[in-house]
Amino acid sequence: MHLAYPAVLSVLLFCTGLYGVLARRNAILVLMSVELMLNAVNLNLVAFDVWLSRAAEDTLHSGQALTLFTITIAAAEIGIGLAIVLAVHRNRGTSDIDRLRDTAEGHDPDHDSPAAGQAEKAEATA
Amino acid sequence: MSPAAAAVAGHALTAHTVGTHTLTTHAASSNGSHGFLSPTGVEITFLLVGLVTLGAALVTVTTRQLVHAALWLVVALGGLAVEYLLLTAEFIAWVQVLIYVGSVVVLLLFGLMLTRAPIGRSPDADSGNRWAALAVAAVAAVTLVWVVVDAFRTTWIDLDGPAAGSTQATGESLFQNWVLPFEGLSVLLLAALVGAIVLSRKAKAEPGSPSVNSRAATGSSPSVPDSRNHPIGRNEASGGTKPERPEGTEPGTPEGTKPGTPEGTEPGASEGTTPAEQEGAR
Repeated sequence: MHLAYPAVLSVLLFCTGLYGVLARRNAILVLMSVELMLNAVNLNLVAFDVWLSRAAEDTLHSGQALTLFTITIAAAEIGIGLAIVLAVHRNRGTSDIDRLRDTAEGHDPDHDSPAAGQAEKAEATA
Repeated sequence: MSPAAAAVAGHALTAHTVGTHTLTTHAASSNGSHGFLSPTGVEITFLLVGLVTLGAALVTVTTRQLVHAALWLVVALGGLAVEYLLLTAEFIAWVQVLIYVGSVVVLLLFGLMLTRAPIGRSPDADSGNRWAALAVAAVAAVTLVWVVVDAFRTTWIDLDGPAAGSTQATGESLFQNWVLPFEGLSVLLLAALVGAIVLSRKAKAEPGSPSVNSRAATGSSPSVPDSRNHPIGRNEASGGTKPERPEGTEPGTPEGTKPGTPEGTEPGASEGTTPAEQEGAR
């Protein structure tokens, strides 16, 4: 098999995941796109390991071992990521990453409408 | 070529085993760009499954129905497992099916349900910078495809002989050469699971007091003024809000649990326990 087939498929999957990470608003959809990018890297690792296990002398099957490690770390990442998203959703009531702008520069939510904020707070504590 | 890969490749196996060596010598003798025009059966199968995988991935990142995105992700990850089988990496393929299709997508669906993702079309699934994102992704794709195709124009994977990724080969290399990273990885996985449980159980630190998620569950408060109650947010900057909170936020609890709030705690408690159980079950 020509090596360009898995390499090009991996590149296209990676760029699809890149578009998803940059364009999506829901945090869980961003996590899905991150999974796509990790899978593209895994396909690259497997393809190059299969190529090098015949072409090189002794490769220790490092590509496939690293693929297993990547799959495990991706599973851990999705667990932690979903726990963080659920905690944010509990505290803020949304998982929309465009609204989580508390640390953004040039966007000061404290000065736009303090009266509305106090009204919200009074409603929340009542 | 492994038996599992042969089962997937089907009738393409005979054409592949006959054609690889002649194709390799042909590509070595002439310039390699002619090799794209005479693909073997495995290459055709790889191309078709790759098109299905890429289409499913594109639908995943562009669909406006959030649950459908998770379901199309199953198709994309399953297609990648078939690609691993075609590359004679059996063990990785079954690990991919078990871990990704079996648990990660289920976790993502649980996450979508627990964050009350809208069923049906949500018009704000894509943010405003999607055209910039599309430009970045297209430029990256063109650049990387050009580099990869130009670099590996005359490189061929030899798929004959014993499978490069059979369970025996993978297990021997993993437990002879990679034992210490393997054990370190198990410690990392344990730490990640404990961390996920701790993150998910933080709302249950005081079982008698309702937490902030009861206020978030009412849905009436948008997120940005909501963050002003948060101790990490700048609630000290707006000092006029102090008398409206008789107890104030407790400094010990990091989420700002207010003990006097009379709303019910049922949705918050159910949300607090379910990811922990889900992590523990995984």
